[in-house]
Amino acid sequence: MANMRSMGKALVLSVLLAIGVGAARAGEAAPAAADPALEARMLEITAELRCLVCQNQTIADSHADLAVDLRRQVREMLQQGQTDQQVVDYMTARYGDFVLYRPPFKATTALLWIGPGVMAVCGLLLLVLILRRRSRLPDARFEPDAEDADATEQPQAPTH
Amino acid sequence: MKKRLNFLIPLILLLVLVFFLGRGLGLDPHEVPSPLIGKPAPGFALTQLDKPEQVIRRDDMLGKVWMLNVWASWCVACREEHPLLVEFSRQKLLPIYGLNYKDERAAGLQWLGNFGNPYDVSLFDHDGRVGIDFGVYGVPETFIIDKQGVVRFKQIGPVTPEVIADKIAPLVRQLNG
Repeated sequence: MANMRSMGKALVLSVLLAIGVGAARAGEAAPAAADPALEARMLEITAELRCLVCQNQTIADSHADLAVDLRRQVREMLQQGQTDQQVVDYMTARYGDFVLYRPPFKATTALLWIGPGVMAVCGLLLLVLILRRRSRLPDARFEPDAEDADATEQPQAPTH
Repeated sequence: MKKRLNFLIPLILLLVLVFFLGRGLGLDPHEVPSPLIGKPAPGFALTQLDKPEQVIRRDDMLGKVWMLNVWASWCVACREEHPLLVEFSRQKLLPIYGLNYKDERAAGLQWLGNFGNPYDVSLFDHDGRVGIDFGVYGVPETFIIDKQGVVRFKQIGPVTPEVIADKIAPLVRQLNG
């Protein structure tokens, strides 16, 4: 009985706690702009832009002063009816392709985009070459596998 | 012969890797190359820090090679740079304009009173919008702008005696022909 009562208490407490947390979160997430759709669009765009001050954060995430200003700037540009592309152009005109988490493909970024693919292909080619060369080698060139080895044979100590 | 040199391949790969990693060590990721170099400086119309009624526009500066130094009273690195700027301003090599970035008038003026004023004029950019147009992200920053209003040089972070001697001074002399 006592157990039941304490469980009931715990339940009430956790419900209260959940409501409290929910309320606190709702307060935090209140949009700064009057228009939630516009705010969502602003966050969507700035989530693709690198904050210049804390370079591993997006402008949407960062609390840096500059990021706050840039969010305000983007919000205003959207209010004026500018397109997403215009906002992105505005940013790259000031900070270069560096602000884009997905930089466009062009001469200066070609290595960045193609590099990993080229490396992977080179690695695969090397692997194929080595495997083919090994497959042509006579069996005598390889050490016997453990399960093929003769059971009576002494375990070999390394000779060199 | 070919076989005998094969052992060099990993060594060469290692050297290539060391070269690139070594170069990477020397690069500062905070120095983002400015797309503004070689382009016209963004337009602005700002009041003077000490004269709120006096407006200065970009086009007022055409025909002069000038320096724009972004500073703020809250900026620690600016204080570090300041004595050098004061000394440089005595050479009168070119007009030095300050951009007082996201600051308060009183704080900015007091700062100049305390540490000396190297600026011909300081422009008051209270909300930082002109700073954004110049792509400012780490105060102090310094720009050299030519007679046609084109940005020719940008220094991110404090200028050093070497930067002045090796880059700024020769560039200004060249631009002034």
